[in-house]
Amino acid sequence: MTAREAAHLRRAKDLVDRSYAQPLDVEALARRAHCSPWHFSRRFKEAFGETPHQYVLSRRVERAQELLRNTGLSVTEVCLEVGFQSLGSFSAAFHRVAGMTPTAYRSTMAGFPPHIPGCWAAQWTRPSTSARMEKRDGAGRG
Amino acid sequence: MRIPIIALRVLDQDRALQFYTETLGFTVTEDMDFGGHMRWITVSPPGAPEQEVLLERIGPPIVDQETADQIDALIAKGVGGTLFLEVDDCRKTFDDLVAKGVEVIQEPMERFYGIDAAFRDDSGNHVRMTQRVETGIAAPPSAVNG
Repeated sequence: MTAREAAHLRRAKDLVDRSYAQPLDVEALARRAHCSPWHFSRRFKEAFGETPHQYVLSRRVERAQELLRNTGLSVTEVCLEVGFQSLGSFSAAFHRVAGMTPTAYRSTMAGFPPHIPGCWAAQWTRPSTSARMEKRDGAGRG
Repeated sequence: MRIPIIALRVLDQDRALQFYTETLGFTVTEDMDFGGHMRWITVSPPGAPEQEVLLERIGPPIVDQETADQIDALIAKGVGGTLFLEVDDCRKTFDDLVAKGVEVIQEPMERFYGIDAAFRDDSGNHVRMTQRVETGIAAPPSAVNG
């Protein structure tokens, strides 16, 4: 992979990190990376280890986890804050990525992580997309 | 013990120099060109000449060209390095940088330690800037320092 292509893919990834609460589809992300959706999904996974769809979901769940840990927002408020359209889709995605419900996560993880910059935590606490999620999504889905 | 210089790997030293001086307002501390990839450029944030960032280009003979290309791709992916800056007014600085066209990663956000924002340098390195200010946001219960 050339530096030029890597930069295009990074810009699409940064768009997710910046605009995770907005509607994001593979077509829009592919446009940011200057390539077709099919090519983009394949190259994104090669570059970052997961499909764009998985990355969007895990970033939203990571943001939700921070809000659950560090704010008093309700689960519904958190759901809307990070870009999910319904509590049902949020709860399902959260469970698939984090392996527990948002409520269980809040009670388990309140106060984590310790006193480190939130930006650092955002990079390191984004949940890895599990094998179960990969299998359910299908390898070719972006 | 002090840290007078840190090295930040960049894709193109001329472009990096332009970014750090014209966009961020750093000053050139040293710029010595020895030919090939061997050019020593350090820049310092405004008012802090004792803090230098070496804008380093990796290539032959330090590593072979294939390895250099791999390093370049990693930098371009955004995992080359991170620079943490402290500013007096995060929101104003952010607005100024956006007007200059920086690639934004994160708009200013209030944290328990202050306000911070993030953007990319011209190579893709992650640059964060923090304004140390009381935001009223409580630190996590397990906070142990800072």
